[in-house]
Amino acid sequence: MITNLFGNLLRRPEAGALIGLIGVLVFFVIVGGIEFLYPASIGSWVSRAASLGIIAIPVGLLMIAGELDISIGATITSGALITALVSGYFDQPIVVGMVAALVFGALVGLLNGYLVLRTGVPSFIVTLGTLFAVSGLLLGATVVITGTTSIALQAPQFAKTMFGGFFGAGFQVLVVWWIGITAAFVFFVHLSRYGNWIFAIGGDSVSARNAGIPTGRITILLFVLSSVCASFVGMSQAILFQSVQATPQLTLIFNTIIAVVVGGVLLTGGFGSVIGIFLGTITFAVVTQGIYYTDFDQTWSNMVIGILLLGAVLMNNTFRQLALSAATRKKGA
Amino acid sequence: MTAPVLKLVNVSKSFGPIDVLEGINLEVRAGEVLCLLGDNGAGKSTLIKTMSGVHKPTSGEIWMDGGKVEFSSPRDASDKGIATVHQFGGTFPLMSIGRSFFVGVEPTKGWGPFKIYDRKTANAVAVKAVRDFGITRIDDGDRLVGGLSGGERQSLAIARAVHFGARLLILDEPTAALGVKQATHVLRIVNEAKRRGLAVVFITHQVMHAMAVGDHFAVLIRGAVAADFRKGERSREEITDLMAGGETMASLEAEIESQMNSHGGAHHVAAAE
Repeated sequence: MITNLFGNLLRRPEAGALIGLIGVLVFFVIVGGIEFLYPASIGSWVSRAASLGIIAIPVGLLMIAGELDISIGATITSGALITALVSGYFDQPIVVGMVAALVFGALVGLLNGYLVLRTGVPSFIVTLGTLFAVSGLLLGATVVITGTTSIALQAPQFAKTMFGGFFGAGFQVLVVWWIGITAAFVFFVHLSRYGNWIFAIGGDSVSARNAGIPTGRITILLFVLSSVCASFVGMSQAILFQSVQATPQLTLIFNTIIAVVVGGVLLTGGFGSVIGIFLGTITFAVVTQGIYYTDFDQTWSNMVIGILLLGAVLMNNTFRQLALSAATRKKGA
Repeated sequence: MTAPVLKLVNVSKSFGPIDVLEGINLEVRAGEVLCLLGDNGAGKSTLIKTMSGVHKPTSGEIWMDGGKVEFSSPRDASDKGIATVHQFGGTFPLMSIGRSFFVGVEPTKGWGPFKIYDRKTANAVAVKAVRDFGITRIDDGDRLVGGLSGGERQSLAIARAVHFGARLLILDEPTAALGVKQATHVLRIVNEAKRRGLAVVFITHQVMHAMAVGDHFAVLIRGAVAADFRKGERSREEITDLMAGGETMASLEAEIESQMNSHGGAHHVAAAE
């Protein structure tokens, strides 16, 4: 029974992510001390994980479907900028700014999905194009409209409470959103039948289409989800920080991909899980925040992340091979 | 006698100026295996694609059950009961057996917006369908398809097609990449499909495999049917000769031998012995 449970765990995509997370937690508790697990510390790295995690899940799903979206570096900025522009500079109600930000995100997602489907150009190139085009558009438009590259935003209290506040021992309210969004995606991907379609598209899109799956619509939907989620995080950051710079967040792109890959998603599609991405995001946040609790200078943190990424990829390959070769034990044996 | 499940009447297919298929006449009946033999480049894949709705014939007609049909897409052909199984099974390597079996038609349970994928039913149905075809090694629907052997993957794909109502199976070189034992598995499954009354088009260039299951043979050479005969009408040597493009194997062998002799190859072999 126990070996059976263990075997079942090993063939799940999140097996590597779980072991990796336990590994880095143990490492930082030993090197950094037990205070790393105090509520205030947990608050710091979970809050760090939340904004990354909300974007990482849809980006990971795109990767499972065999696509990549790096334009999130621009859509997170567009989410923040449009909220600040509409509700800060033009002084409209905050809800109008938020809706405008999300709608703009959805449009970028539609454009990405449509271009990828119609041109057949790899999504890496298409979204690289939209990354630069959208961030250039944002910067240019911001300068033309406001004359500067940064916009201030004073959000009303309810918006701060809902999107930019804190609770408990330094937990951002975004953590609640993250957990809720994760739960929704777990249902959508692993419990409803539609998740199977995403895996089928990533595994073999021609067979998937022949099996009657609307591959085009699903792909566009996933691009829209990733852009909207990035805009949502940008919007929340604008409300939290009360000031927005019109520059794309390029490191976010890499951080997202790291979280997704550490979470056990196969870069070429067809394999992965939402829980894995969730765990991968926490692992990434633990490493970036944990370094502050050690005696190491924080300048070393990128090296640790690089090693973590390579280690995670190798480990996930091993687990995938195990999953493939997991022969069934005879009943009752 | 009932009408053939699928019948091609004078079907030709050209891509621009290149004629790939010329005046193909073929038919396959329920409970019958039609073996399509041909060397590489003989037009086998184009013919399969024409039968499965990927290509439209440039001229000629396709009949099903005595009525003329036109396939607007592969999906249309599969709705009409034509299923193509490709060399590697065409299934999803990193999906579980149950999930890949039901791709696109997943069983669900629950109500309203909270319908969830019914893993238990999917696994049970998939495993039973494969086991009914005699692949008893598969007993766990959670196993990943990529962990199955080549023969088992083929069997899974065939079982899936039959489960979802295929009446004509097109098997594209199902045994080409398999070892002897695995190939035997697949041939047994072809026989089982035939026994269940399916029409099967079996594409291969392995004459032995064709003879093990075929009722009816067609040899394709440069896009035309060069020979069309029934089981027992030709010997294995004759079929091989036909596939080699009319040149007899015997004359090829003689040619090789004379070359060996003139280069002293035979002499070396003899010396080595």
